[in-house]
Amino acid sequence: MINKKVKNVQEALQGVQSNMTLMLGGFGLCGIPENAIAELVKLEVRAVTCISNNAGIDDFGLGRLLQKKQIKKMISSYVGENDEFERQMLSGELEVELTPQGTLAEKCRAAQAGFPAFYTPAGYGTEVAEGKETREFDGKMYVLEPAFKADFAFVKAWKGDAAGNLVFKGTSRNFNPNMCGAATITVAEVEELVPVGTLDPDHVHIPGIFVQRIFQGKNYEKRIEQRTVRKKQ
Amino acid sequence: MALDKNGIAQRIAQEVQDGFYVNLGIGIPTLVANYVRTDIEVEFQSENGVLGMGPFPFEGEEDADIINAGKQTITTLPGASFFDSSLSFAMIRGKHVDLTILGAMEVAENGDIANWKIPGKMVKGMGGAMDLVASAENIIVAMMHTNKRGESKLLKQCSLPLTGVGCVTKVVTSLAVLEVKNNQFHLLERAPGVSVEEIQKGTAGTLIVNGEIPEMILS
Repeated sequence: MINKKVKNVQEALQGVQSNMTLMLGGFGLCGIPENAIAELVKLEVRAVTCISNNAGIDDFGLGRLLQKKQIKKMISSYVGENDEFERQMLSGELEVELTPQGTLAEKCRAAQAGFPAFYTPAGYGTEVAEGKETREFDGKMYVLEPAFKADFAFVKAWKGDAAGNLVFKGTSRNFNPNMCGAATITVAEVEELVPVGTLDPDHVHIPGIFVQRIFQGKNYEKRIEQRTVRKKQ
Repeated sequence: MALDKNGIAQRIAQEVQDGFYVNLGIGIPTLVANYVRTDIEVEFQSENGVLGMGPFPFEGEEDADIINAGKQTITTLPGASFFDSSLSFAMIRGKHVDLTILGAMEVAENGDIANWKIPGKMVKGMGGAMDLVASAENIIVAMMHTNKRGESKLLKQCSLPLTGVGCVTKVVTSLAVLEVKNNQFHLLERAPGVSVEEIQKGTAGTLIVNGEIPEMILS
């Protein structure tokens, strides 16, 4: 067993510097690497480029980095829940590259899987395709999209072991598995670090080969953005 | 009388067939699930990574790890599955999802759709809409026939930045059901009590009216 375990978030984020490109898993506030984000705020790294489907809310998730003006550029598909984001974008302080959600996921997966680029129909004929190579296959038009290049990927899993194997829960899986191994260094934080040998190999979602560092996360808030319920009859 | 959002959802629910995998967008489309016949088998896909979505959880049973694409807490039904974002869009791009229902700001008579950006105002982003409209063969747009200023949302040409080109096949609005083909809107049904003249007046794009147009039947 190759040991990927580090003792805490400080050790896990060693080497993170200003101006780097970072991938962060999560959809809305679901499955975001809460511990890594808190540490990025503490480290005061600046001018980072963040690849993340959303930008958090004003006081949580990537919203915390935005508040401290640590982000130079966001690459996301939907950023509608964040006033500070809107302010920085409209004032030109923040660069934003909006990318179709499926393309965003695939640009991660392509980096993970060693593909330099891929063709997708998403965005053809729209401003997303402007300046990009297009090509026809079987009478339909496609846009060439390059794989992402990132320095660090921060992902959050439900369970993991020191070998770096990961298991996700519910829809908190989202972009997390696609970002594993898609950056130079993948850092996984888990709600529960279990002893090696207790995860059934048949049930592992992401094999440890895609993960360089893993640590036991702490104090998860797991906030809910839209609490919708029905009454018991 | 023009339909409200629930009326539009109720009419669109009639388009959902037995054995369909369906992706519902945010807004009016989400309401469609409430009106689908209970004697057919349908599975709802949410692009954040769940197939087999159920109703909202009972109070106290919400799980922060189980949400839909609108970030609302949900439940799953027996037979449901979770998956990552790449696989989710493989279902969409790979045409495994049978029906996509989404909202729009504008639809053009050539099937173009705009629903993600108003230049100079807030840009929220396209989310999964560009992937959905570029891939699905069966796309129904759910929207009010006119905007808040009373202007038509069914146009000769979209004025807003496009989400996709030539992709919309059917539109269900507060006034009518329309098919989009041959660069024209073809009127199929009228909302109860709404005249062809009213629909004509609210439609800036080319509207084809062939013969007697029936009223929608909403049970």
